[in-house]
Amino acid sequence: MSIKTANQAALERLVQARPMLVDCLPAEKAMGLTGRTVLHAGPPLSWEHGCPAMQAAVLCAMRYEGWAADDATALDFVLQGKVRLGPCHHMGAVGPMTGIITPSMPVFVVENRARGNRAYVTINEGLGKVLRFGANDDSVVERLRWLAREVGPVLGAVIRAGGGIDLRALMAQALRMGDEMHQRNVAASCLLARTLMGHLARASIDSQAVARVADFIASNDQFFLNIAMAAGKASTDPCLGIQNSTMVVTMARNGTDFGIRVAGLGDRWFTAPVEMPKGLYFPGFGPEDANPDMGDSAIVETMGLGAFAMAASPAVARFVGAGGMQEAIRATEEMAEICLGEHPHFRIPSLDERGTPVGIDIRKVVETGITPLINTGIAGKKPGVGQIGAGVARASLACFEQALEAFSARSR
Amino acid sequence: MLGISDLFRQEIRVINLGVEAFALTLERLGVPVIHVAWSPPAGGDPRKAALLAALTEDEEE
Amino acid sequence: MLQVNAETVRTLVKKSAYHDSVTLLVLARQLRSGDGITLAAALMATPANKELLAQSGLLTPEAAAAGVNDLVIVIQADSATAAEVALSQAEAFFTAKQERLQGAGRPMPRTLESARRHLPDANLVVISVPGTFAASEARKALSLGLHVMLFSDNVALEDEVALKQLAVKKGLLLMGPDCGTAIMNGVPLGYANAVPRGRVGLVAASGTGLQQVTCLLAARGEGVSQAIGVGGRDMTERVGGLMTLQALDALGADPATELIIVIGKPPAPVVREHVEARLRAIGKPCVMALLGRDVAVRQEGLLATVATLEDACEATIAALRGAAWTSRPFNAPPGEIHRRVQAVRQTLAPEQRAVRALYAGGTLAHEAALILEPLLGPVATNLMPGSTGRHSVLDLGADEFTVGRAHPMLDPTLRVEAIRQAGLEPDVAVLLLDVVLGHGAGPDPAGDLVPAIEAAQAEARARGRDLTVVASVIGTAGDPQGLEPQVARLEAAGAWVLPSNAQAARAAACIAGGEPVMRSLLGPGEA
Repeated sequence: MSIKTANQAALERLVQARPMLVDCLPAEKAMGLTGRTVLHAGPPLSWEHGCPAMQAAVLCAMRYEGWAADDATALDFVLQGKVRLGPCHHMGAVGPMTGIITPSMPVFVVENRARGNRAYVTINEGLGKVLRFGANDDSVVERLRWLAREVGPVLGAVIRAGGGIDLRALMAQALRMGDEMHQRNVAASCLLARTLMGHLARASIDSQAVARVADFIASNDQFFLNIAMAAGKASTDPCLGIQNSTMVVTMARNGTDFGIRVAGLGDRWFTAPVEMPKGLYFPGFGPEDANPDMGDSAIVETMGLGAFAMAASPAVARFVGAGGMQEAIRATEEMAEICLGEHPHFRIPSLDERGTPVGIDIRKVVETGITPLINTGIAGKKPGVGQIGAGVARASLACFEQALEAFSARSR
Repeated sequence: MLGISDLFRQEIRVINLGVEAFALTLERLGVPVIHVAWSPPAGGDPRKAALLAALTEDEEE
Repeated sequence: MLQVNAETVRTLVKKSAYHDSVTLLVLARQLRSGDGITLAAALMATPANKELLAQSGLLTPEAAAAGVNDLVIVIQADSATAAEVALSQAEAFFTAKQERLQGAGRPMPRTLESARRHLPDANLVVISVPGTFAASEARKALSLGLHVMLFSDNVALEDEVALKQLAVKKGLLLMGPDCGTAIMNGVPLGYANAVPRGRVGLVAASGTGLQQVTCLLAARGEGVSQAIGVGGRDMTERVGGLMTLQALDALGADPATELIIVIGKPPAPVVREHVEARLRAIGKPCVMALLGRDVAVRQEGLLATVATLEDACEATIAALRGAAWTSRPFNAPPGEIHRRVQAVRQTLAPEQRAVRALYAGGTLAHEAALILEPLLGPVATNLMPGSTGRHSVLDLGADEFTVGRAHPMLDPTLRVEAIRQAGLEPDVAVLLLDVVLGHGAGPDPAGDLVPAIEAAQAEARARGRDLTVVASVIGTAGDPQGLEPQVARLEAAGAWVLPSNAQAARAAACIAGGEPVMRSLLGPGEA
């Protein structure tokens, strides 16, 4: 198969994915995640290379699971190798920011109806002091326990009752309402809430619990982010292993490295030091407070949304400091330079219904020097500070150069 | 040869790579033209450019 | 290496900011003309360009540290203020350019493939990127099914052959490498003139040769169906006339083309055979203008072979109008020529014996040298390394003059300097020039040279000599500069303007050589 044919096949498989939200279950049950395993965002990471926020999140998760009573003990276990650390990506999952998943955490289950594969992601905890930003105190653990005890089961029951939610259609609609599904998910979150509302009301569940869950969803503009990520994961995973394709199927960061995977190069990671995001800071914060870019959320860009769809989301362009309408359009056009095609389902009204650029080609990245743009939240580097701003980050060029070398050296 | 004769019957529509002045002249004359903001592939690195060229040739129609 | 005062040298580096060579040379010229500026350079920081900077003493540490995709601007000025002004001028230049592009809502594709998304029915790619990259861009274009005009030079011969083989296989045009002129479907491409659409098809291995012939045809009311450039090496044995033969087939089959002209140097014998055989098979009247030594002028059936660009036009007119023709040296009556030459010769000092020819067009220079030599004796020319002679023909567009400098058709600086020099040389009787108009040339090519012409003449007069300037203007009334105004400008400066390059060369030969030359051109007994 020629590269051209392989890429056509990979792109087709990606854009014709049909991600459906089908359940919410404990990770242990949904993913077969057993033992003392802590999954994290991004490419493989050794403990000593983890940034402080990532390390803090791992220790907190261990306390949440009850494997250790305090951080010192937890740290001990890690250093003695009594805990398995690994990328979410290796277990069919994705996670925002620190992206921590442990066995008892509830995860959304997204099934790609076109291929039958599944992807998983945690429930977004909300804003402020949360695990995904490396917050580590009791309030974090309390909330995680509540998610496992109440929110997960309620959502699971309600989603099952509804028979599954078509995420592709939902995101296509949200796109037309100004969301790009990375830094802006408010429309998508509302559409999801609307879809769940009836089932929530009819469910035979204690009305106080229903109220708490409803309030929880309503209070979080970014609630849908995690689900968008899982939709991306479910869409891209089947493309891994298409021989001779130069299409990118994974982009992810662990706070230290940026990593990519390529369809025609199997599950090899190509990593390089991650870049710092550039953008606007909330009052009281500045670049010196910022954590390096982190999280699996770049999967949103990998499927043709996020910064790639910025032309549909001028409000985000302002929010991330990219500029106004012109700059938003330029961002999308710049990404089109490095993509294999246009998405048939994600269309941008302000560009005459042009499809979003999708299917990053490593050859085009190296040829033009244009690296994928990612709309990203900026986390504080001190654990637990939370989000301190929003901006754009670029994928690291070295990853694509390494991948190109490997591609050239591959045996056909 | 047939291709060249076809060209004689079509409207000339140009993609311009390199000197922008050529595109501007054609624009002034009302000829459909698009200028490519070209820069050396792979940032001018000849080895990577050669790798790229090898991987592009694979796709000849 | 020049010593520089470190205080008055400033560098500006713009990282990852590629700009084409012409843009940068225009900028450099602008910066150089600023107050108090001694030297200015605007270059991509390639190893070759860093070498150029070093030679001018401008390789500052910042410039040395820059990479191949970085733009470097270095200014040497007589004060820090002047240097700063120049740098902000440079910044303004780029901002204005950016604003112009973005303001127009113009798409700015970065690759050939993405350009196609904006212009999906594009059919021709014009490539003028640096030679190292030109071949792979041309290959991409051909593999996408697009015709190519390859303006770039410094393309390897093996690449040319491979590209043309691919083009032939796919039935596509590959015009070039080093193709500066073409006219397709009436659209002027590269450096071309505004000529009417008509019944003459041309295949040319030369840009200015094509320009001269098409302009002369236009002056006689004949237009161009297609003018296809094939690059200077196409008719050599190695390339085998691949593109010439393709072009001939297409023109042969084109109902709008009634006559075909082929312009170039004499081809390799085996190539000439194929070309002539193809022309005969086509069955339309054809004219081959071959610029070389000892070209046999002849007519064989429908195929005429001529040795000058002007004769290509004359033979074409004759064939189209069913008339016979003979080559004549001048349009003007011999008596008039005689009188004018005599008047000039009376003003010459005894030591003024030489023709100094300063050309922008390579083929025009070549034609001039071919005309001067049989009439005057050995000619020193950079077109033939190692040649010597009293007379000289300089092609200022040749490689050795265009390193780090735009072609003389865009930047007259070198030619202007050389013209001034001629005024100081006691042995120069006549200065011979070409002035090329059309799209791609500057707004006032004649005006660019006039101050230098006048200065040279003044210098000569101050030394008790008269310097004559003989020129031809290659252009049409429809060109942006206008043929007549440009001729008038030169004549007002005292230049003798002839209707073609060949006639100008002959006029210069008459002035330098006197009676013997005039007798051989005009015949005996003219007074």
